[in-house]
Amino acid sequence: MPDMVSIGQPQQRQFNPYSENGGTILAIAGANFSVIAGDTRQSEGYNIQTRYAPKVFRLTDKAVLAVNGFAADGSMFVKKVKQRLEWYRHAHAKDMPLRAIARLIQTMLYSRRFFPYYVYNILGGIEEDGSGAVYSFDPVGSYERESCRAAGAAQSLVQPFLDNQIYFKNQRPPPGTSNPTHLPLHEVLSLVIDSFTSATERHIEVGDGLEIFVVLAKGSTTQGLENFANVQEMTQTREGERMFNIRRNLKRD
Amino acid sequence: MNSFANRFSTTDHLRELKRAQANIEDDEFSDAAWGSEAGFGSLAKGVPTFSVPAVPDPSAFLRLHTDDHADPKCRIKIQHGTTTLAFRYKGGVIVAVDSRATAGSYVASGTVKKVIEINPYLLGTMAGGAADCQYWETYLGIHCRLHELRNRERISVSAASKYLSNLVYSYKGMGLSMGTMICGWDKTGPAIFYVDSDGTRLKGDLFSVGSGSTFAYGVLDQGYRWDLPDEEAQELGRRSIYAAGHRDAFSGNTCNLYHVKEDGWHFIGNYDISKLHYDGPDNVDGAGYGYDVRVGTRS
Repeated sequence: MPDMVSIGQPQQRQFNPYSENGGTILAIAGANFSVIAGDTRQSEGYNIQTRYAPKVFRLTDKAVLAVNGFAADGSMFVKKVKQRLEWYRHAHAKDMPLRAIARLIQTMLYSRRFFPYYVYNILGGIEEDGSGAVYSFDPVGSYERESCRAAGAAQSLVQPFLDNQIYFKNQRPPPGTSNPTHLPLHEVLSLVIDSFTSATERHIEVGDGLEIFVVLAKGSTTQGLENFANVQEMTQTREGERMFNIRRNLKRD
Repeated sequence: MNSFANRFSTTDHLRELKRAQANIEDDEFSDAAWGSEAGFGSLAKGVPTFSVPAVPDPSAFLRLHTDDHADPKCRIKIQHGTTTLAFRYKGGVIVAVDSRATAGSYVASGTVKKVIEINPYLLGTMAGGAADCQYWETYLGIHCRLHELRNRERISVSAASKYLSNLVYSYKGMGLSMGTMICGWDKTGPAIFYVDSDGTRLKGDLFSVGSGSTFAYGVLDQGYRWDLPDEEAQELGRRSIYAAGHRDAFSGNTCNLYHVKEDGWHFIGNYDISKLHYDGPDNVDGAGYGYDVRVGTRS
């Protein structure tokens, strides 16, 4: 005879649709290019679910979206953004400009204000005036244009490094000189790689692979990319902007 | 074009809601399918629509997952901590804010734009949920423009702030968080209205909102008078934000200063609060606001 008393006990249940899948994303804007990167490890707690789950996605030839947080929400959100961009293409016979994509992402995130996507978004690409741009978002859609931003598990490890190396925070320029406002592509790529190798060393949720997207403005050269293996061109239209993808390994332990 | 005019032909809330519902039922494909709603997203129907989780108490669900005061481990962090101020004087309105956003004890950003430029004559400030303020004040901007088109004159600060306050009041209890000052210049001269997500709407000469507001009020009340010269008024705004940035851990980084005059708002400048401490607004070595700079080695 089962214990009948326990039936009368109060039970509490709650709806918890969210999970945290680790990983880190990062984007840096240059004068006429933009670099968007993310590691490819996906984990839940201490378990690694996969060593290759992309977090950085091509939206158009001049826009890349990186998503971090809850992977299921992230992939659904990217899917919906891509769908809206396709509709826009059919209606207007052109790609949506970057600043419009940024506003679109705000309204899409805010439409879930009472049931949020648990996703931190970073949008990178080339603005209509040809400048490199990075937009960062919170899960419910507040956004800001910046020149560099890290998000995700190792945000607190990477962002201070970027503040120091990109904004030259707490650095004094040598007498008679001033700090540069924008860094060249090869220096930015080195900073990205160093950020991720260091984050892999000190954060258990970061590692396995590194995927870097480089977006170049119209008429700029590929100087800075020639020293990399596994460079793949992703450009699909002939509007002038070019997009490249670089894959590298990170430590897998 | 006819449907466009029809959609925006009245501000009546109920009528708009009904029309939106009729739209949803009528349209096999939404406007979004044709990409013609530009960046409006959930506003495509004229009124915003929101997804809500299928649970008995949606706002309890939201609170469980987003309120970082109740549970520091909860996942979705909403940015907090701010100092914003605005005051009215004979030369217009001074609006000054800090630029720090914190998630728990982490400084999530030091470059936040907490003054929202609604249109060339209206400014809104941001305290509380960053997304709530950005989204609804942009939405307010849309409706201020529609008011101009319908009535052939600019909306008053009073009407604009009331539009916002009625709007957030209709979401009361759902978890919105905003404390904002709507500042501008209209027929009646310079005006400031404080509007928050509880539904409070106050007209006044001087307000400060956020975790650092007490420190800002201290400086502001001491130096405020109606006939301040422009230079001194701007300095008072800057000095008050500096004081809050100095004493409140959740405020700091930089100060953004705006001046609203009869011809609309003007951006005065962005000032690094650490630089203000040591070198002051004119960047003169040792002429800063910090008292240790003046005391030297004697303290």
